[in-house]
Amino acid sequence: MKRRALVAGACGSLALWPAAAHAHLVTTGLGPVYDGISHLFMTFDDLIPVVALALLAGLNGPTAGRRALFALPVAWLAGGVAGYLSGIAHLPPGVTSMSFLALGTLAAADRRLSPPVVAILAVVMGLVHGWLNGAGIAAAGREATGLVGIAGAIFLLAALVSAGVVALRQPWTRIAVRVAGSWIAAIGLLLLGWSWRGRL
Amino acid sequence: MRTDLIRRAVAGAVALLPGLLLALPAWAHVQQGQAAGFLNGLRHPVSGLDHVLAMVSVGLWGAQLGAPAIWLLPVTFPLVMAFGGFLGLVGVPLPGVEVGVAASAILLGSLVAAEARPPLWLGATVVGFFAVFHGHAHGTELPAGQSGLLYSVGFVTATGLLHATGIAIGLIHRWAWGRTALRFAGAAVAASGVYFLWRALA
Repeated sequence: MKRRALVAGACGSLALWPAAAHAHLVTTGLGPVYDGISHLFMTFDDLIPVVALALLAGLNGPTAGRRALFALPVAWLAGGVAGYLSGIAHLPPGVTSMSFLALGTLAAADRRLSPPVVAILAVVMGLVHGWLNGAGIAAAGREATGLVGIAGAIFLLAALVSAGVVALRQPWTRIAVRVAGSWIAAIGLLLLGWSWRGRL
Repeated sequence: MRTDLIRRAVAGAVALLPGLLLALPAWAHVQQGQAAGFLNGLRHPVSGLDHVLAMVSVGLWGAQLGAPAIWLLPVTFPLVMAFGGFLGLVGVPLPGVEVGVAASAILLGSLVAAEARPPLWLGATVVGFFAVFHGHAHGTELPAGQSGLLYSVGFVTATGLLHATGIAIGLIHRWAWGRTALRFAGAAVAASGVYFLWRALA
């Protein structure tokens, strides 16, 4: 109960710290689907959390990896469509840093999570980041099919990374994944500070 | 147990919903200063010899101590260092940052020179304490017009690579001559720290 109150308090403080979201869009000249694909790989705000979730899912085994593999792109697409239709991003700037911080810390701690919990984390992250992408695409007057490219790229990246982590056998390789998680969490902490300062 | 975890996660997700109810516009803009931000972040930790020596010393000491310190220190250092950077970013002052950075070189160098083997919690606390000074000193120096995210990525990556360098050098610990060389290296770092301290206080 106390933990739930803490989580609600943290989320509430984020909600009370709103500002305009800045969506980054890439133009390849090859159409909206390719713009979406390149968006993921050119935008660290989205790319690093996807990698973090894939690392976490891989550390938690093949079942968690499989669930996250499908939950993340579907939630991203759903959030993106909702954000596109609404045309406005309601989320505070610090919200993406929470993805870095939470997923990076869980990966660094190598905390064992059940597959449904990993799937729920994937859904929450997909909805939030997808929403920001969709709202950004709508605000820029671009085609919504870019979301399909983003979701497809996420599926591919999550599959490769989580499968690679699941396949790791040497103990030191698992430690390397945890070190990567700590780096991502550290970036998230600095990002939270930058968003506090308004320097994102 | 499993149902309880799901219930908690759902409660957390529901608690996020208030964030969706506060409407503000989304802006799309051209990303400028991205590469420069990354390169600046990458360059900052290696731009000062005091920082470089202290961070490499963490890796050297981890290699001397062996498992689990060899992996525990590189996992904890970036997190605590980022916490120091966070304190700087939100405006929490930390007096004597340069003195703290110089003192870290003296102490870490001395620990490597003495091949000290304190309890793991004490070693992690010492390293974490000084990591706050390093983060506070370097984590906040973003030039105007550059990306805070890319700066942070470069900054954390460079720090991690300095640790990895220290660990790689520390692998010579398996040989007798290597152990001696590491202790001499630690003494050199400590002596450099004395110079940095003198400069910070001058």
